[in-house]
Amino acid sequence: MRRRLTWQAARLHEVRDETATARSLVFDVPGWPGHVAGQHVDVRLTAEDGYTTQRSYSLAAPADGDRIELTVEAVPDGEVSPYLTEVIEPGDQIEIRGPVGGWFVWRPENEAPVMLVGGGSGVVPLMAMIRARRQAGSRVPFRLLYSLRDQDRRYYAAELRRPEPGLDITYVYTRAAPPGAARPAGRITLADLAEGGWPADFAPDCYVCGSTGFVEAAADLLLTLGHAPERIRTERFGPTGD
Amino acid sequence: MGIVSRGFSGRRREGGDRLPPGQYLVEDFPVLSAGPTPRVPLDRWEFAIDTEAEQTHRWSWQEFMALPMQTPTVDIHCVTKWTKLGTSWEGVSLDVFFEDVETTAEYALVYSYGGYTTNLPLEDLLDGKAWIVHRFDGEELAPQHGGPARLIVPHLYFWKSAKWVRGIRLLNEDWPGFWETAGYHNYGDPWREQRYEGD
Repeated sequence: MRRRLTWQAARLHEVRDETATARSLVFDVPGWPGHVAGQHVDVRLTAEDGYTTQRSYSLAAPADGDRIELTVEAVPDGEVSPYLTEVIEPGDQIEIRGPVGGWFVWRPENEAPVMLVGGGSGVVPLMAMIRARRQAGSRVPFRLLYSLRDQDRRYYAAELRRPEPGLDITYVYTRAAPPGAARPAGRITLADLAEGGWPADFAPDCYVCGSTGFVEAAADLLLTLGHAPERIRTERFGPTGD
Repeated sequence: MGIVSRGFSGRRREGGDRLPPGQYLVEDFPVLSAGPTPRVPLDRWEFAIDTEAEQTHRWSWQEFMALPMQTPTVDIHCVTKWTKLGTSWEGVSLDVFFEDVETTAEYALVYSYGGYTTNLPLEDLLDGKAWIVHRFDGEELAPQHGGPARLIVPHLYFWKSAKWVRGIRLLNEDWPGFWETAGYHNYGDPWREQRYEGD
């Protein structure tokens, strides 16, 4: 039986810049019940006059005791993300409710090969899965296909640059490819998923996360490659769809 | 009042008493789904109501199109916090589909092409509270928004408004659907903020 989800005080412990517009925030949440990679939390902000607003954010890493991590992209004209990426400082408090979501999740006891397909900030819950795999010492083979505008948009750059046995990463740059890249810049294609993913015969569990346009395109390509629809889990990201 | 977050003042967008607690307004139309978008050809499309007595009522696309259409304009509320005001749809009231259905069942399990399910009390589908729609904002309903046809039950969180609807199974006992077995609230009233199990 699940316990009832209540709002919990969360104190910002530290922040790390991921890109010019995104940062990871580590919160201490006393009594945090733990979570599964891929789950998200609700965040509630309250102003001095009592005005409140809520948003949902994916957890970017397994819990470290009472410590949890989010990665937030500043949405132009947003209400909550600019506060989390530009205003809040270590020691400040927000409220968090969670974990939420029992579908877009990966558990270390899952044995199927894993195909992660992330577009932009959609890489966040996928990173939680990569980190959960590492933490559990899992040998399940993972492949990550990470679609992003250009190199400056790369989250977790240093961590993903370190070689990790059993994790293969393919970057797909949509606006500007780095100098010397074999693949010209452009949106994700069938060839990208055929080369950077697993054959459908391997029956991998596929996790696709990104904007609506990205998820629609990537999930359709996976179907074209013969992956079973019930093995393709999707999550849409972003302020609102498109 | 909750904990005040230092330096947060907020936006206070319009919406007034049409905005349920914890929701914010959007102007565009976000998409949420758990898997790939199913593509359903109209010549193979059907909508069915299966009663607790194993009676099945079926409608082909042509039969659906021949039913009396309504054009409801309603506010919709997604559990992921967005609310969209004044959305306009075209479709058939569930009351029309249920005209010749004999049932004493109290529960409905809605099922979709692609395997999605969601449950709700049958009374929440009747008396002008729900529609099977095939047009949004004057256009054919796009596949990512549930086309060719979806259910809309605007007084509940929008995950109850199953996309790619295929049928409704009437049951004497409640049978939780996809999100209802994944931690979300069984009923989902936005005005009581019934987001998750236990709310």
